[in-house]
Amino acid sequence: MDLKPGAGGQRVNRFVDPISYHFLQFLWRTLHLLVSLWYLQVSMVQMIEGFLISSGLVKRYGALDIDKVRYLAIVVDSEEAYQISKVIQLLKWVEDMGVKHLCLYDSKGVLKTNKKTIMESLNNAMPFEEAVEKDVLLDQKQMTVEFASSSDGKEAITRAANVLFMKYLKYAKTGVGKEEPCFTEDQMDEALKAIGYKGPEPDLLLIYGPVRCHLGFSPWRLRYTEMVHMGPLRYMNLGSLKKAIHRFTTVQQNYGT
Amino acid sequence: MELYNGERPSVFRLLEKYMRKGLYSILTQGPIPTHIAFILDGNRRFAKKHKLPEGGGHKAGFLALLNVLTYCYELGVKYATIYAFSIDNFRRKPHEVQYVMDLMLEKIEGMIMEESIINAYDICVRFVGNLKLLSEPVKTAADKIMRATANNSKCVLLIAVCYTSTDEIVHAVEESSELNSNEVCNNQELEEANATGSSTVIQTENMESYSGIKLVDLEKNTYINPYPDVLIRTSGETRLSNYLLWQTTNCILYSPYALWPEIGLRHVVWSVINFQRHYSYLEKHKEYLK
Repeated sequence: MDLKPGAGGQRVNRFVDPISYHFLQFLWRTLHLLVSLWYLQVSMVQMIEGFLISSGLVKRYGALDIDKVRYLAIVVDSEEAYQISKVIQLLKWVEDMGVKHLCLYDSKGVLKTNKKTIMESLNNAMPFEEAVEKDVLLDQKQMTVEFASSSDGKEAITRAANVLFMKYLKYAKTGVGKEEPCFTEDQMDEALKAIGYKGPEPDLLLIYGPVRCHLGFSPWRLRYTEMVHMGPLRYMNLGSLKKAIHRFTTVQQNYGT
Repeated sequence: MELYNGERPSVFRLLEKYMRKGLYSILTQGPIPTHIAFILDGNRRFAKKHKLPEGGGHKAGFLALLNVLTYCYELGVKYATIYAFSIDNFRRKPHEVQYVMDLMLEKIEGMIMEESIINAYDICVRFVGNLKLLSEPVKTAADKIMRATANNSKCVLLIAVCYTSTDEIVHAVEESSELNSNEVCNNQELEEANATGSSTVIQTENMESYSGIKLVDLEKNTYINPYPDVLIRTSGETRLSNYLLWQTTNCILYSPYALWPEIGLRHVVWSVINFQRHYSYLEKHKEYLK
């Protein structure tokens, strides 16, 4: 077997060299077994740490500067999002910690479908759209909750693109506008707001699922968002949540400068 | 194969190379990412940590980049994208911006020479981003290397310069608008010509109703395709900093604590192992979103 650079990592052909093939397969599976054991060990340590933090035994996470988290987003894997009781528990923790604005996302819209159940379970929360309508976003008395899915990401940007395009066509017809379309990011912002997408960019995005991946959260709203992988929703604990938020409050961004 | 710096490999290097091959032969029993993207974060911190002169971190970072690209292409990763310079970086001190531009120019010119990694691996180099913002010498050098490597086909190196995702999205909207406005004009001309009964116009039997810009139009007009499978950002930072926001819907985000010049084979291997662990999950998610 000859691994040539850029050859695509030639696989051993199982028919040409069955012994090598099976041996390499064995090594590959052993490697992944060892990695899984490593992650199991890491999860156990994280669970113990989470328990210690929740019990208040780790003083460092006692006081959180929650005001630094102006807008929190939580991404949940859609299959795990069906565990509505877990989602509600998570939101209650977030509410108790004093988070004022929250966006809940899962790509298939499972959380959106259960919006009513979720909102009714929270003590003092208001849907984001209602807060925008009543112009009480700056009101710190209630937590606002926005529900989002994949249709609020790229598809929303496409709809906003059509708003800009129609404006361009209108100007082009009158002969007043430029020959080639020329838009700015501010115009894109306004177009998104015009079609109802007024949610700001989250400061922190917590991902509950098997993999650290934002799963299609709106690309327009992720520029400088810190993304933390929390693991599967079924293993969530208050301690890990506190640790993630505490870590965020210590981050300093230079925004490219 | 000679190593990228053109020197004859020592015994140690040969041994290292064969051990790498052995490791790759195990890893390639599973799926290998088609595209890995990198955010080269931590050059300045590295220089500070090791008390290097100004620019020393970036030089060390460039050597690390060559090593990482070697590992990727040996493993069979076809596309690698690096975030070389953001539009936001123009807000740095002018001498720092100038240093990076000069270093870029020096390295681009070096890449064109023989015995470099580019020719060894048959790499097609493409600069992506708002290239109008580049200084003339850098733009000329970039055009030169893109032309020189246009026929290389084994691997592709995408270098994002003067790039931000939001700028890319706006650019995709502009391109889509221009294409669609041509379609609108053509349809209108056809309608007007049909209305006047001009004998030179061919009547179309099925004129599709015009539906505006579609998602697929925007996806075709982004700078970077195909989408990455893994994105590695060094220095432990957990944000994307306006990089590949559109393309990372199904991408594993990996943030090792190592500063960019400290990145090594173990980080590339670890990212591939994690890609293999979650491959089926992400493929299912991609299918759902289609």
